[in-house]
Amino acid sequence: MKSRYFMIAIVAFGYAFLYVPVMLLVIYSFNESRLVTVWGGFSTRWYGSLFSNDSLLSAAWLSLRIAMVNATFAVMLGTLAAWSLTRFRRFRGRTSFEMLLTAPLVMPDVIIGLSLLLLFVSMEQLIGWPQGRGFATISIAHITFSLAYATVVIRGRMGQLEPSLEEAAMDLGARPLIVFLKITLPLLAPALISAWLLSFTLSLDDLVIASFVSGPGATTLPMWIYSSVRLGVSPEVNALATLMLLFVLVIVLVSGWILKRD
Amino acid sequence: MITRLMALLPTRLSQSWGKRLGVGLPYLWLAIFFLLPFLIVLKISLSEPVLGQPPYLPLTSWPDETTLQFRLILNNYALVTEDPLYLDAFLNSLKIALASTVMCLLLGYPMAYTIATATDRWRHILLMMIILPFWTSFLIRVYAWIGILKPQGILNDLLLSLGLIAKPLAILHTPVAVYIGIVYSYLPFMVLPLYANLARLDRTLLEAAADLGARPMKAFLRITLPLSMPGIIAGSMLVFIPAVGEFVIPDLLGGPDSLMVGKLMWTEFFSNKDWPLASALALVMLIVLVVPFVALQRLHQRYEDHEL
Repeated sequence: MKSRYFMIAIVAFGYAFLYVPVMLLVIYSFNESRLVTVWGGFSTRWYGSLFSNDSLLSAAWLSLRIAMVNATFAVMLGTLAAWSLTRFRRFRGRTSFEMLLTAPLVMPDVIIGLSLLLLFVSMEQLIGWPQGRGFATISIAHITFSLAYATVVIRGRMGQLEPSLEEAAMDLGARPLIVFLKITLPLLAPALISAWLLSFTLSLDDLVIASFVSGPGATTLPMWIYSSVRLGVSPEVNALATLMLLFVLVIVLVSGWILKRD
Repeated sequence: MITRLMALLPTRLSQSWGKRLGVGLPYLWLAIFFLLPFLIVLKISLSEPVLGQPPYLPLTSWPDETTLQFRLILNNYALVTEDPLYLDAFLNSLKIALASTVMCLLLGYPMAYTIATATDRWRHILLMMIILPFWTSFLIRVYAWIGILKPQGILNDLLLSLGLIAKPLAILHTPVAVYIGIVYSYLPFMVLPLYANLARLDRTLLEAAADLGARPMKAFLRITLPLSMPGIIAGSMLVFIPAVGEFVIPDLLGGPDSLMVGKLMWTEFFSNKDWPLASALALVMLIVLVVPFVALQRLHQRYEDHEL
């Protein structure tokens, strides 16, 4: 019986550990005082000052555009990858294909960032593309690691699908592409949506890789946050963090609702 | 329209076409943007740093019309393997990552076990609460700790007002803060694979053990723990490998004595503009990480095969 209480205590501690820091951040974002940890009364002034900060707004807009392009491409490529891994049991290079799809999940960001930057610099020298770095290079970098996450999500769902539906359609004379478009894709829809949203938030969260492959003039939202955080804790960042948490919470609730409805 | 066009193609042809496209496109993407870059990192790590744009010399040059000259510089590797600064950073990163992985396991295992054995209703809530941090910004969650751990921070205020300490503790910019940051950030990566594994555990085995007189502790050590090895391996891999190369946590929470290799690489690249040295560091880090990655993946595969 004693060990049971001990267990509950550890689990409670684990959850508190995960959630208390973020809750404190939200609470202090409503702090009137500029001294972040001294409570000076309730205020929403830091939220107001966020929306008059032009460099922040343009960074947020750039990040949102990259995140959307990234999520769309990552889901398209991830669907193809998951589909071929589930439907074709054997093909040449399957092992190396799986390795390539797993490695970005664990590869440290600094290595991915540096190697992609060096690739872009060499490509510019050799073929003249990409000229300069910014939106395009960050998007390509993000697609590369999001693709691995999207594949995991989509593959999980694809493994659960009954192949008999596809086989029935084939037996009735449907071509493989038609089967894919009319049977497989609609059944996959919930997984595609969660993969899209996950890729979207991964991109919105990345600091290290974007810092390497970005050029002058292209500052993403995490890069903006990082440069203000380096100067110390600021109430504006607390307010921004709260808004981002709210945004993500809405995304998670919506995707949860979509998955449940299915 | 597409239907009609497709109907004109023989089935076999369109199937192999679909297969080629399905494998080929993502494969090509990863080959160009994931695999190829490592060859370029290798190339740059062998070149000589210069001031300029880009800040390295080409490996090949044409001193006159008929000779092609190759210059491979191994200095960068000599520096990385001999200078105690780099060696210390590597050892320190491995030590911090290993200790954090063990702490994640000690904290994460009871959590995963509780989720796996909870009633349906509770399981959904507890699981959702593990997944939610995945979606929230990593940078912001690390940042939250600065306000808590700094000398006039929330933790010190609390301890001072309770009279537990006489003067503020220095936690921020110490290795302790780095450990806290890594365990906090990577805990969900440990809990999820463990949960996925423990949820599949055949509970009748435990009942059988109890019927045969095994105490709960013994049943856990002899049945649950060995069967959950694939989950432990997968979770440890997801924590250990990225933690070695971590940059944000040692940079924001660590101090000068918690130097990690990811941060060192960032400094060589952005502050010292030494691209060849940063490349050499990246490759050495990659080699150091590939060994546990392949070993753990093999081990994982063996357990999975064994289970089937």
